[in-house]
Amino acid sequence: MTAVRRDAHRGTVPMWRDVRVLRIAAQLLVVLIVISIIAFMAANFATATAERGLGFGFSFLGRQAGFDISESLIPYSSTDTYSTAFIVGLLNTLFVSAVGIVLATILGIAVGVARLSPNWLLNRVAAGYVELMRNTPLLLQLVILNFVVFLQLPSVRESLAIGDAAFLNQRGLYLPGPSPGGGFGLWLGFCGAAIAVVPLSRVVARRLEDAGRPSHRLRTLGVLAALALPVVGWIVAGGAPVTFEFPVLGRFNFSGGIALSTGFTALLIGLVIYTAAFIGEVVRGGIQAVRRGQLEAARALGLSEGQVLRLVIFPQALRIIVPPLTSQYLNLTKNSSLAIAVGYSDLFKIGQTMSNQTGQPLPVIILMMGTYLVISLATSLLMNLYNRRVQVLER
Amino acid sequence: MTAETLPPPASTIGPLAWLRANLFSGPVNGLVSVFVAAALVWLALQIGGWATSEARWSVVTENLRIFLIGRYPGDLAWRIWLALAIPSVLAGMSAGVHGRASRMLAVTMSAVQALIAVLIATSPIGPLGVLAYAANAACVWIAFLLGLRGWIPRRALTIAWLVSLPISFLLLAGFEGTPLVSVSTNDWGGLLLTILLATVGIVLSFPLGVLLAVGRRSQLPMVRILSTSYIELIRGVPLVTILFMADLILPLFLPGEWRLDRVARAMGGITLFSAAYVAENVRGGLQAIPSGQVEAAQALGLTGVQTNIHIVLPQALRAVIPANVGLFISLLKDTTLVTIIGLLELLNIGRAVLAQPESLGARMEVYTFIAVVFFVLCYAMSQASYRIERALGVGTR
Repeated sequence: MTAVRRDAHRGTVPMWRDVRVLRIAAQLLVVLIVISIIAFMAANFATATAERGLGFGFSFLGRQAGFDISESLIPYSSTDTYSTAFIVGLLNTLFVSAVGIVLATILGIAVGVARLSPNWLLNRVAAGYVELMRNTPLLLQLVILNFVVFLQLPSVRESLAIGDAAFLNQRGLYLPGPSPGGGFGLWLGFCGAAIAVVPLSRVVARRLEDAGRPSHRLRTLGVLAALALPVVGWIVAGGAPVTFEFPVLGRFNFSGGIALSTGFTALLIGLVIYTAAFIGEVVRGGIQAVRRGQLEAARALGLSEGQVLRLVIFPQALRIIVPPLTSQYLNLTKNSSLAIAVGYSDLFKIGQTMSNQTGQPLPVIILMMGTYLVISLATSLLMNLYNRRVQVLER
Repeated sequence: MTAETLPPPASTIGPLAWLRANLFSGPVNGLVSVFVAAALVWLALQIGGWATSEARWSVVTENLRIFLIGRYPGDLAWRIWLALAIPSVLAGMSAGVHGRASRMLAVTMSAVQALIAVLIATSPIGPLGVLAYAANAACVWIAFLLGLRGWIPRRALTIAWLVSLPISFLLLAGFEGTPLVSVSTNDWGGLLLTILLATVGIVLSFPLGVLLAVGRRSQLPMVRILSTSYIELIRGVPLVTILFMADLILPLFLPGEWRLDRVARAMGGITLFSAAYVAENVRGGLQAIPSGQVEAAQALGLTGVQTNIHIVLPQALRAVIPANVGLFISLLKDTTLVTIIGLLELLNIGRAVLAQPESLGARMEVYTFIAVVFFVLCYAMSQASYRIERALGVGTR
């Protein structure tokens, strides 16, 4: 019957009122508008670049960069190519973002828990911190850190020190750094085994449980083995597979260990304290969203306070926390582009230098935006996978 | 019968009981309280001591005009005052006519301008400036009383709001060869530029954002794909890259005759950026509309466009007002990034002031002042948005 109706439709409704035709027409119109805007801009771009004799292309990437980068995770000198310089910037961005995300999460959880504390004073202080961070621009915070706080730090000779290990002065932060010693490879192998043993023990335990043999012990054993293996490896490898090199004051500055510039340190601290305020609110919201009945029921079952948190509150809060936490991680990564204000050579700063030197802003910006987009998409993909794991299956 | 005398129960009211319950409920809690209190007192003493004795606030008061309006000619400052008077009057009237939600806007407008009047009173700008901003703050309340009378038709008020922004803008910019001398946007700066960039950004991006949000939920696949890609592309990259593009590449994309100045380019970049975020807010509002509304509209015979305009959007847009206030706050903070392309907004004006030899070593004073200005504006607005949320009953109706 419907077929007959549709045929009758086709006979009576003129083409310009047929929904199917209109849908296609509307889409064609939109695509046409977008294409003509792009064509218009491309034509203007062609004339503008022709006038200035600039052209468009990515061939400059193979040319010698000719500028120095103060800090780099891979060997780099000014005789390397632009593409190497770009990768240095990318690695710097990834580095500061990764460290920032870890630290901001730790501080953020602390802030969130403090906001829920029954201690009125602690609660209010945490709230004040959150409001202060959220209502002032990050760029201003970075500028204050870099040009007020760090400039007031003592000179190299009078560095603030924690024992003989860590030093903070006007030039940056100096920390002990690991360096491989004898038997390093062997020890690394043990560490690899330690990482593999936890999922392995879980898989075996699950198999046994499916077969009807409870095996909680096996899981605990797996974790214990993972903790013990690196220590065993350390002894087997002869006692010193990794030695920690301490920063030593030389004639002009510290050498050895890990040296972090003031720009990096200011950016890292700024990003961490700014994002932690937002993460704190996310954590607080997530924990408060767990219904009170859950807490009471768990207590009524005789679980200890720790068990209540670990087994009831936290798993349920996590599924509310993860999506907004993802967007905070993305924000932190994107905000790391403010590095330019404190002189840290991240992706954006190096991109800007490249654009100035080559006179090719468009290819550089396409590369930059593309890279940021890939980082963002990869982060949300990872977090979405994690999110799927923590979601409680509703029945 | 041996009656044992029990001690009286612990008091549950009064300051001592409050202290016990909230600060000293256990040994750990007590220790934390003492530690936090000591740290707070130390911090307050340090900051208080610095602010009252060491700090040279004269750097701020002497340069207040620059902080507020940048290099905008001082003798034309009355135009800024007039440009602010228009939205002040309109905000007051809206508060009278519409009530609750717009009342927060009116309170914020009058409080901020009263604050500016107080600031000007401490500076060498002169009593005329104080009077002007105090008058603006008062205007809000006079207009509010007028609005309460019910003489003002709602539609006229809406139209007045729509035309007020271009009028204020033209008043600031002026025209070449008329008594209203033109002022180059290169001279706009300070707080004026900060607020202008954020306001223009949110207002211009709103229609674009609504279109994108509707497009993303469209049943036409091409429209959906295009809208989604735009939104995700913009949300995936930092604002600085977009400002960088607007500054360097936008001029290359436009015909050579269309000379856009720096401020216009930055506004363009901010608008394109915030449109994607407005779109996501509006999409949230659209998703909150129960599907029964759309079905009912269809059953009444409304077309798709009519359903959107008369049924879905009015409900969705009301629900997203708080989210958009939040967006405006972050936009206000993000305008500091135009520093990177060299515009003299509040933060960059601070750097310009610090570059003067007489303000040497006054970094902390200048940055503290800027931080306080941002804090007051953003905090006031976030509180306002919280109240609006409750007044609109989002999620409770």
